[in-house]
Amino acid sequence: MSTVRKAVVVGGNRIPFARSNGAYAMSSNLDMLTAALDGLVARYGLQDERIGELAAGAVLKHSRDFNLTREAVLGSSLSPETPAYDVQQACATGLETVLGLSDKIKLGRIESAIAGGVDSASDAPIVVSEGLRHALLELNRAKTLQQKLKAVSKIRPKDVTPVAPGTNEPRTGLSMGEHQALTTVQWNVTREAQDELALASHRNLAEAYERGFFDDLVTPYRGLTRDSNLRADTSLEKLAKLKTVFGRQLGDRATMTAGNSTPLTDGASTVLLASEDWAQSRDLPILADVVDGEAAAVDFVHGKDGLLMAPVFAVARLLGRLGLTFEDIDYFEIHEAFAGTVLSHLAAWEDEEFCRERLGLDGALGKVDRAKLNVNGSSLAAGHPFAATGGRIVASLAKQLHERGEVDGRPARGLISVCAAGGLGVAAVLEAR
Amino acid sequence: MTDKYTAFVSRGWGRDLAKRLGLPQPVALRRYAADERLPGPALVVGSGPSAQALADALEGWGVEVRRDGADDGGASPEAGSDGARRPKLGAIILVLDDVEGPEGLSAPVLAAGRALRSLAACGRVVTVSRRASAADEPSLAAARQGVEGILRSLAKELRSGSTANGILLAEGVGADAPSVLGALRFLLSGRSAFVDGQFLTVGTDGGALPLDPDRPLAGKVAVVTGAARGIGASIARTLGRDGAKVVAVDVPAAGESLARVANEVHGTALQLDITRTDAGERILEHAVGRHGRLDIVVHNAGITRDKLLANMDAAKWDSVIAVNIAAQLRINDALLASDHFGDGAHIVSVSSTSGIAGNRGQTNYAASKAGVVGMVRSTAARLAARGGTVNAVAPGFIETEMTAKIPFATREVARRLNSLQQGGLPVDVAEAIAFLASDAAGGISGNVLRVCGQNLVGQ
Repeated sequence: MSTVRKAVVVGGNRIPFARSNGAYAMSSNLDMLTAALDGLVARYGLQDERIGELAAGAVLKHSRDFNLTREAVLGSSLSPETPAYDVQQACATGLETVLGLSDKIKLGRIESAIAGGVDSASDAPIVVSEGLRHALLELNRAKTLQQKLKAVSKIRPKDVTPVAPGTNEPRTGLSMGEHQALTTVQWNVTREAQDELALASHRNLAEAYERGFFDDLVTPYRGLTRDSNLRADTSLEKLAKLKTVFGRQLGDRATMTAGNSTPLTDGASTVLLASEDWAQSRDLPILADVVDGEAAAVDFVHGKDGLLMAPVFAVARLLGRLGLTFEDIDYFEIHEAFAGTVLSHLAAWEDEEFCRERLGLDGALGKVDRAKLNVNGSSLAAGHPFAATGGRIVASLAKQLHERGEVDGRPARGLISVCAAGGLGVAAVLEAR
Repeated sequence: MTDKYTAFVSRGWGRDLAKRLGLPQPVALRRYAADERLPGPALVVGSGPSAQALADALEGWGVEVRRDGADDGGASPEAGSDGARRPKLGAIILVLDDVEGPEGLSAPVLAAGRALRSLAACGRVVTVSRRASAADEPSLAAARQGVEGILRSLAKELRSGSTANGILLAEGVGADAPSVLGALRFLLSGRSAFVDGQFLTVGTDGGALPLDPDRPLAGKVAVVTGAARGIGASIARTLGRDGAKVVAVDVPAAGESLARVANEVHGTALQLDITRTDAGERILEHAVGRHGRLDIVVHNAGITRDKLLANMDAAKWDSVIAVNIAAQLRINDALLASDHFGDGAHIVSVSSTSGIAGNRGQTNYAASKAGVVGMVRSTAARLAARGGTVNAVAPGFIETEMTAKIPFATREVARRLNSLQQGGLPVDVAEAIAFLASDAAGGISGNVLRVCGQNLVGQ
């Protein structure tokens, strides 16, 4: 181990994100991750290259995919001698793989790395009921015919119904949307503000596609060339017509619709990370430095904070450690799980009392300039294949930063925050190269 | 895509039936493999210094050479003095660069004629002669131009996958010039399987033969547009096989198959719409930035939007012109403006027999593909000043996904309308491009090489 050095983003590749049960209905996590990986290999000429390490993961994962990332390596054009491991941190999986691998590069343990994530809501695992599972396990242990019959006789008709895949919080039983609906009300976020954010996301993503921004970030897959959730022609009028889907028990105060919430999505993303030497010796581009990252968690179980509010804390701690304020940030990439999530974060950062009491600051953290927020669109438009979102954001932000170059004589700087199930949140700072 | 007819008439009773009924009898062509050999010795017809130089070169390549001075007009060179049967000839090299008038053609051409019956299947006839020009004496010009008629007619006489092609020497170019030898080697090889009845003109003694004939593009960086599928993918594979580092370019929407091709050839994928105004700069930036240089650009990307002219609309017309010719012109401008594209640079552009002979319903396409021919001829002089070459290939009927969609009967007829009585393969076009992109073709520029099995229409 040597002194700490820089970890840089070389580039990224993802497949277009598809609304679930659409273009990728027949694709597995392994298929999609391998496709995203092969696109990255093709873009950067990494065929037969032994990469230092790969880390990726999926939130909805089959037990057969216990070694998902390594299997993707073996199915790709990379050297089969590339080691790999799986990561699982709910929707923060993708960003956490970037941060973890960057740390390994910074410490000199590896020269190159690929971070990634994949998720399929279409090809989700279906689980048998606990009753059936216990009976089958007992059957497996049974030795005599009598024991076997006894095990089978325990199966009840209701046990045969499979358990549908769900992402409800195990400790509250509430879906993520229902949790956010409560937070949205708590922070007085209006329906109009949410619809405006959703509209900006679609417009920004559509514009980025139009100007060719994604030409070297996305490789088509299964006939899909753009994110299938993107509605370039949507409008506030159209969004205003949608019915509320979460927080209906709140009556008039329910504001969250299918338009200002992310849909279930399938997709995969990858990011190529490296030491400066490794990238330079291969004539590869250097888009950005991975400066730092921070994870946080909130006690949503007892209602102290909303389920998806952890990034508020992660960002405050990260900026504090780096000695930065919002004035020093040129691009904000705040993952749009729901428009209400982003707007609740913004509201919290603007709230003097909250920032003093909960974040330990002297006053409000500050106001995020909307012109700097999710400038190339985010999850409301692109969709949100849980573990793949982090890679999408890191690669797009790195490219945006590189294109911007310098601001006021310093490298352009970007802040990422991603909320996740279990009251988790991860933030990161990238700087242009 | 498979040519079932050729398989049927290649063996057993299918062969007998086709013979008895006088049906076309295409054979599986001899195509390039790393350890390829001519199917027999090469007969060099001619007695001048050029014939000697070519015979020496052939022997240097390990080819068994027979000579025929063509002075005596005597017995067939194939009946040995002991009367024993000698092995069939792999090639006949007919050296005619020293003919001075039409009467001088008789002896060498008839000598070659006597040897034709001894030519093995998939054999080669190659003429080497001087290009006729308006500055020549009339009788000299007549003799030189006469070779063209001889070659094109002879190519139509040959059967069993054999081809006849010619090398034309410009004034001042010797038969031992690198590109004459390079062209000879290409025309004898399986690389030229579907090139028939064509001439390559060697304009200068520029160029250099490769150190390793199986990896003539070693160390070169090549860009191929439209590389995601079909002929473009085959070009990428062939250039990669020949040693080049390939930058595979196609529109972003074709990225999935483009990535597959790039990974297969160990190159890089560049998703780029070539009609973008900065396409040339982006290509240069990628090639030079990632691979340190740019030596070869293959303009292969092309589209068809067929309509009779009476029914043509502006969208169909304009999109074909934009992709097939305007984009190439703009990219070439960027290449010519760059310091990274000069000495030893090669541009090869894909034209089409439609651009030469015309095709019903393809006025827009033919305009673009004939435009490619004009562009190549005009650009040749500009690139020559920088030590580079630019050439075009014009594919005829090639077995691709596109031609597989032609209705059965039309396709069957189109396939047989050439001297080899079959469709070519994408690799045949790719081989011709790989040759023109190599330094061995450094003395060849402004040429349009047809890869059409000597289609009955056009030249």
